Amino acid sequence: MNAAAQIAQVKAPLTKVSMRNLDFFYGESRSLKDVTMPLYANKVTSFIGPSGCGKSTLLRVLNRMYDLYPGQRAEGEVLLDGENILDPAIDINALRSRIGMVFQKPTPFPMSIYENIAFGIRLYEKLPRADMDARVEGALRGAALWDEVKDKLHTSGLGLSGGQQQRLCIARSVAVQPEIILFDEPCSALDPISTAKVEELIDELASRYTIAIVTHNMQQAVRVSDYTAFMYLGELVEFGETDDVFNKPQAKRTLDYITGRFG
Amino acid sequence: MSDHTVKSYDRDLEALGRRIAEMGGVAEKMLAEAMDALSTFDVDLAHRVVSSDPRLDALQREIEENAILTIARRQPLAVDLRECIAAIRISGDIERVGDLAKNIAKRTLKIVSEARVPRAIVGLKSMHEIAAMQLKDALDAYALRDTERARAVWLNDSDLDALEDSVFRDLLTFMMEDPRNISFCTHLLFCSKNLERIGDHTTNISETVVYLVTGEAMPTERPKTRAPDFGVKDEAAQ
Repeated sequence: MNAAAQIAQVKAPLTKVSMRNLDFFYGESRSLKDVTMPLYANKVTSFIGPSGCGKSTLLRVLNRMYDLYPGQRAEGEVLLDGENILDPAIDINALRSRIGMVFQKPTPFPMSIYENIAFGIRLYEKLPRADMDARVEGALRGAALWDEVKDKLHTSGLGLSGGQQQRLCIARSVAVQPEIILFDEPCSALDPISTAKVEELIDELASRYTIAIVTHNMQQAVRVSDYTAFMYLGELVEFGETDDVFNKPQAKRTLDYITGRFG
Repeated sequence: MSDHTVKSYDRDLEALGRRIAEMGGVAEKMLAEAMDALSTFDVDLAHRVVSSDPRLDALQREIEENAILTIARRQPLAVDLRECIAAIRISGDIERVGDLAKNIAKRTLKIVSEARVPRAIVGLKSMHEIAAMQLKDALDAYALRDTERARAVWLNDSDLDALEDSVFRDLLTFMMEDPRNISFCTHLLFCSKNLERIGDHTTNISETVVYLVTGEAMPTERPKTRAPDFGVKDEAAQ
């Protein structure tokens, strides 16, 4: 191997997820068209594009959420560490423990802060009380929420502010020790301070997890992500390093979209 | 630079471009008048050049402020962000061109009383022709977003450097011929340096135009002067 090839190998991040010729159908309508792209390990990949372009659909494919709805189907391949997660034989519960998801609106369960987190862990593991306490604390610390809630762990999660609820949901995702976390517009319902906290959190989480984030906030994509995918009408128009996509986009449609010239 | 969904965004960017064009016009006029004043020893004209400078400073401040406001208000990306940055940079370069023209006018005021070897100014006029042409081309390249023209300006800067060398030799000769020429010629020497610096700012403008359009920086290596130097080592080249 020559030196240049070696350098290329060092620079290239590891691929955690590889989507290949991915199509998605809501009944007859095809809402993802031949999408081929990677999610790199321990990197943040943002998905941008106008409403209805397929960003959220793509996230829903990644944890097989569409399985819950009849008439929806995906074609092509999504390889997670080389294993095709679209395979009907795959264990969906195991898959979802590997791929966490945080939604646009905070969705805490109507139970205590502690139980919000312990609930998910119990689905997959039986832990002694002390271990469970440690795991809950670790998750809350990981979501930068511990100091704010440590004295009221057994009060309702619904009593927290919007930003705290969202971090509780992130803690809940982190608690089951996933490999990938999907964020679907996690800050669109949050004030700027809470948004900054979530962004800081995403930054920290990236050292341990592979992260995909759908956002309508271009500046947020610039701030938090290493790679950016621009989608339009179900197609992947452009995928590249975030700095390149936002400074020197290759496609005219990308440029028009990020600079606010969309017709 | 049109077609933004938000029309006032287009207007903000267009206003920046118009102000740059206006600044360019003022600076070109100052340079032409400063050289006219120098070659005809016209005191009134030299004073007029000096008094135009505040207008240029005010325009530069206005452009900077508007560019910063646009960045704060619109959070521009890609070419739009480069528009704002380019406006700040280019207005800075044009402002410096104005300062250098003003300095030529001020020196004119100092040497009118002892005007000695008029032929010493001939070389400066040639430098001015090139500098003025380069400045015009750079400003046109900005107005038209013409990278080819910008690159040509960038490459042609060495002509001005070469001419500065020959002006330097001429002025040395006049000074050696008659020591009473020294004060006069020294002022002219500074004027030639000013013209050469104007060429450098013009080169900066053309580099900025290329960056604005392509997003790529020009090579850091600037066009080299073709004439031999005066034994002074170019440290940047080491």
